[in-house]
Amino acid sequence: MSLFGRPKYSKIFIKKKDIPQGLWEKCKNCQEIIHKRQLEENLLTCPKCNFLYPISAAARIASLVDEGTFVEINGELRSSDPLKFVDSKPYSQRQESSIKSTGLNDAIITGWGTIKSIETALGVMDFSFMGGSMGSVVGEKVTRLVEFGIKREMPVVVISASGGARMQESTLSLMQMAKTSAAIGRLREKNLPYISILTNPTTGGTTASFASLGDVIIAEPKALIGFAGPRVIQQTIKQDLPDGFQKSEFLLEHGLVDMIVDRKDMRDTLHFILSFLISGRPAKKNENVGSQSAKRGSRNNGSGTVEELAMARSIN
Amino acid sequence: MRRKDTKNKPKSIMEMGFDFEKPILELQTKIAELKEFSEANKIDMSSEIDSLEEKLKERKGEVYQNLTPWQRIQIARHPARPYTLDYISRIMDEFKELHGDRRFADDKAIVAGMAKLDGQNVMVIGHQKGRDVKERTYRRFGMPNPEGYRKALRIMKLAERFNVPIITFVDTPGAYPGVGAEERGQAEAIAVNLEEMSLLKVPVIVVVIGEGGSGGALGIGVGNRVLILEYAYYSVISPEGCAAILWKSGAEAPRAADALKLTGKDLLKLGVVDDIIPEPAGGAHNDTEAMAKTLKATLLNELKRFKSMSPEEIVTSRYEKFRNLGVYVG
Ligand SMILES: [Zn+2]
Repeated sequence: MSLFGRPKYSKIFIKKKDIPQGLWEKCKNCQEIIHKRQLEENLLTCPKCNFLYPISAAARIASLVDEGTFVEINGELRSSDPLKFVDSKPYSQRQESSIKSTGLNDAIITGWGTIKSIETALGVMDFSFMGGSMGSVVGEKVTRLVEFGIKREMPVVVISASGGARMQESTLSLMQMAKTSAAIGRLREKNLPYISILTNPTTGGTTASFASLGDVIIAEPKALIGFAGPRVIQQTIKQDLPDGFQKSEFLLEHGLVDMIVDRKDMRDTLHFILSFLISGRPAKKNENVGSQSAKRGSRNNGSGTVEELAMARSIN
Repeated sequence: MRRKDTKNKPKSIMEMGFDFEKPILELQTKIAELKEFSEANKIDMSSEIDSLEEKLKERKGEVYQNLTPWQRIQIARHPARPYTLDYISRIMDEFKELHGDRRFADDKAIVAGMAKLDGQNVMVIGHQKGRDVKERTYRRFGMPNPEGYRKALRIMKLAERFNVPIITFVDTPGAYPGVGAEERGQAEAIAVNLEEMSLLKVPVIVVVIGEGGSGGALGIGVGNRVLILEYAYYSVISPEGCAAILWKSGAEAPRAADALKLTGKDLLKLGVVDDIIPEPAGGAHNDTEAMAKTLKATLLNELKRFKSMSPEEIVTSRYEKFRNLGVYVG
């Protein structure tokens, strides 16, 4: 099981499809006219009202890691449709069309990079891939990411955007909740930090597993975060839901998240927390493969370093 | 023409009038009529009756072997189906219930306590449903609030400290979807249980006795062994919920039940459960005593597996079991 990451995300710019068409755009929240480039520079945050537009996993990664440092791992994992699930459309077809439209193999990108020089194992979910749902692949990739963090003594950061467990893999999806949570249990025993960032929306089985287990839990403003969906709750209690129910601010008020952080401040905040938590750790036992190989790379001719890094790592 | 000996029994599946029970119901009616006729007219018809009884037995076997997943779900949800406390009272020599999460409340949808199983100490935890309208509300239909999961974890940690094996009975439509549940962190409560259960140094034996409803079931379901009763089910979402989302119609629930691969046999193939515990003919509710007897024997056998295992082996083997779940390529 030797898996090599490709330096696909070493340089990422926000893709065209993430940005509303045209030069000018009317904000769907505040109706103000905003310049497209301004929106882009602002990490898809409305400069007038701070409304957060959905952002792809790739763009999110680019906004957090030091340029050119991200190396994807386990990117080739795909669902094999184990139940041969067919509803109004076969699962395999839904999967194929998601792969085509997003350029991803499943609803999360995992890998590692540096955040202001701190080596960090990073997983970022992408809601545009089947609603960010967690099936075997998402569960496996999160678990391997955590194991990678343990092996390499790196802190782990996971950014969630997910409708929950993927129905098309039924109990196999459900079991990913136990699998990922168990992996985080092992990470915690090693005293490695795990930061969970919740974005709009994070619900169901994702919230009820790794997303809720952060040593520090950060939410983006006004994100929908919860276990049961608001519609299901409304049908059950047959009453109107309280204002702002299941929004980030509601969760903060009820003691369920540590802080709400704007997208543009996320990198600085993450760096502060990570450096705060790891500063008391003893030095790594073994100098890790990555930095050795990086040194070798720079000794050669200074180019191809990222690729060498990728080739040097194998995760078991 | 109801026979005397059925009078005080819980309502049978026949009386529920499930469609798939019709051939059985017809035969039973015929047998009863013959008996009545033979008594009234003092004619010996015992050979005819015997052959019909034989046929009835065969039919029962056939019908119950060929149930669709949707029909199985009806049995798993049958109002006369034995619940956690029904088994505890029949299987355990003693039971001392423990209450509360020490933080907010005592959730009635989960019961937990110290028990003696053939003289052995075990900690028992299970979802609890109610039998009548009043009790159902009291037990919140077996749908726990966060307090339920936190109580369960508190008691599991207690068991761990004093080296007591844990047995859990899973029987819930799901965790309760309510405003208070969300305010108090339903998702966090379940997530913490998943993590903490994976680290428990004592054996955990899980039995799905009725409904294995999603995260609400898994919240007490991370076991070294996960067993399921023959007509119980385990699913990521209710077939009704799945149908409403994917087929845009709750009426497609039977199709969703097929697609979700939620029966014992399917789950065994996927590795989600380790074994299926057979039920008496016609389901557990047709003979609760026999079901309890089978369950007790199974649990005693299961406990033996862990006698010679070290705490580290118990933790590692449980981790590996869940670590290996999932199917993908690449
Ligand atoms: Zn705006």
